[in-house]
Amino acid sequence: MSSAKANLEILPRGVQVALALGLIALVAFPFVGTDFYTQMVTRMMIMAIFAMSLDLLQGVTGLVSLGHAAYFGLAGYALAFLTPAGEPVSLWWTLPVAVLASGLAALIIGFFVVRTHGIYFIMVTMAFAQMVFYLFFDNKALGGSDGLYVNFKPSAAIFGWVPFDLDSKVTLYYFTLGALLLVYAFLRRLLWSPFGRTLAGIRVNEHRMRAMGFGTFGYKLSAFTLAGALAGLAGYLWGTQTGYINPELMGFHMSAHAIMMVILGGMGNFAGAIVGAFAFEYLLHVFKDLPQVGSVNLGKHWQLWMGLFIVLLVVFAPRGILGLVEKFTQRKEKTEAGHE
Amino acid sequence: MDLANFLIQLLNSVQYGLLLFMLAAGLTLIFGIMGVVNLAHGSFYMLGAYLAWSLSTLTGSLTMAIIGGAVLSVIFGLALEWLLFRHFYKRDHLDQVLLTFGLIYIFEEVRSILWGDDVHGVTIPDLLSASVPLTENLSYPVYRLFMSGVCIALALGLYWMISRTRLGMKIRAGAFNRDMAESLGINIKLIHAVVFALGVGLAAVAGMIAAPVASVYPNMGSQVLIMCFVVVVIGGIGSVRGALISALLVGLVDTFGKVLLPSMAGMLVYMLMAAVLLWKPEGLFKQ
Repeated sequence: MSSAKANLEILPRGVQVALALGLIALVAFPFVGTDFYTQMVTRMMIMAIFAMSLDLLQGVTGLVSLGHAAYFGLAGYALAFLTPAGEPVSLWWTLPVAVLASGLAALIIGFFVVRTHGIYFIMVTMAFAQMVFYLFFDNKALGGSDGLYVNFKPSAAIFGWVPFDLDSKVTLYYFTLGALLLVYAFLRRLLWSPFGRTLAGIRVNEHRMRAMGFGTFGYKLSAFTLAGALAGLAGYLWGTQTGYINPELMGFHMSAHAIMMVILGGMGNFAGAIVGAFAFEYLLHVFKDLPQVGSVNLGKHWQLWMGLFIVLLVVFAPRGILGLVEKFTQRKEKTEAGHE
Repeated sequence: MDLANFLIQLLNSVQYGLLLFMLAAGLTLIFGIMGVVNLAHGSFYMLGAYLAWSLSTLTGSLTMAIIGGAVLSVIFGLALEWLLFRHFYKRDHLDQVLLTFGLIYIFEEVRSILWGDDVHGVTIPDLLSASVPLTENLSYPVYRLFMSGVCIALALGLYWMISRTRLGMKIRAGAFNRDMAESLGINIKLIHAVVFALGVGLAAVAGMIAAPVASVYPNMGSQVLIMCFVVVVIGGIGSVRGALISALLVGLVDTFGKVLLPSMAGMLVYMLMAAVLLWKPEGLFKQ
């Protein structure tokens, strides 16, 4: 392993099997789950795409963005603006346009933020995301604090032929699952490409990469833009599912949630981001659903439980769920090596 | 804009800038000396404002509230440092981000349980409720001058403490080289606790003196935190002098922006930040 914070880039066989079983469970889920849970799992998958897009920055390149929700929200807004009140619009051009809009915003903002390092990067990404937040929050023309409705789900019709209908909750579920698999496969492939290896090199030692002749600014800006575009894909799906977009989706709580998801699952291998997103969304659901005890409604104070959970996690298990798995497997490897 | 109006806006921007400085100074000190990024810094500002509201309704005097609130918040800061933050000085920035984000959630919810979700006003004491006439029909509230006065006094005190006292010397030594300072017999753990409590105290006092002007409401902490970040980014992290100059600059741009270009006011400060980043990616006064 290249550094103390080396990432789990080759997944242990056990984790691979678990992921395959997870995929089978996801494919089968709409047949057993109720409507409510199908929608919930759709949301989890959307958040998993969002978390993976952040993991490209956070886990692979070593850039902790505290403003990633801006690109998530922007694509949702793009969908809302592209969808008139009267009729559905085509999926086939609104999706690329929304994703490109997020990517473009990430390119512009990235041009400023990628020059900075470490803690500075965290602060600057957060500040720029808040700028985007207030731009929408303060302007009635952009929906203001109330947000906007996406009146119709995008239509998948091709010259009158409709291959699938996103109005159906199950179809949207499988569409999202397809997007999740594509993004995962794409990012895993990217991780092992020269581009991905360069990003990983920047995480480990940026100075050395520059000394070796890599234009690290360009690489980091490309990663930031790509991550923004993929966050946009998640935001577009979110807008499609909920039919409603508001500035909160771009707020810093949303960005921090994405960081949480990536940490919770384990950084740098994208599978962790998926696991983390599912775990985090499930926890949110559990905390918000806590019962009334005496005169105290525990569920109403979900933020308190979430806050306590985050603090306890970061104090006791800072490398997340897959981090624990990794610790276990590494220890096993070490003892095996010791016997040789 | 006539001269009197201009003067009022100028005073307002200086007052806002000084308030931001008190917050940003704590943030940048805690980062510069301990290497901790503290997202919960805005929550201390909020804590101060709510303490001012509670204590001033309880005692009937804002002065008493400010003194009592400052003591309480410093004790709170020391406890928090001992319980949590001291374990995070050598951890990743990412862990610090998560820890303090978790704390924001806890503070917000505890605030909601203790104080409710309504907006509260804090009354200005009679002594400070007058206005200074500038022209026949324009006057400036004494309380805002008082706010600026408190901020200036604290800024000077901070400068004096850091650059002239033995404690300040130790703080600087610890920030410069922790191990070296420790081997010279400086109790770094104590220094860190003091600096942290100082940062919490400054933020809480800022919240307390701002309470009568800005009122007391949920989420007031996160709004102010973002502005602090902008100030620290422009000024250069770890530099108290940079924080002062950049806070005044941000106060000026924000206040005059709201008067002259109301449609873009929210963006102007960020445009300033972007311009500074292009020119000096490390901020104006990177140490």
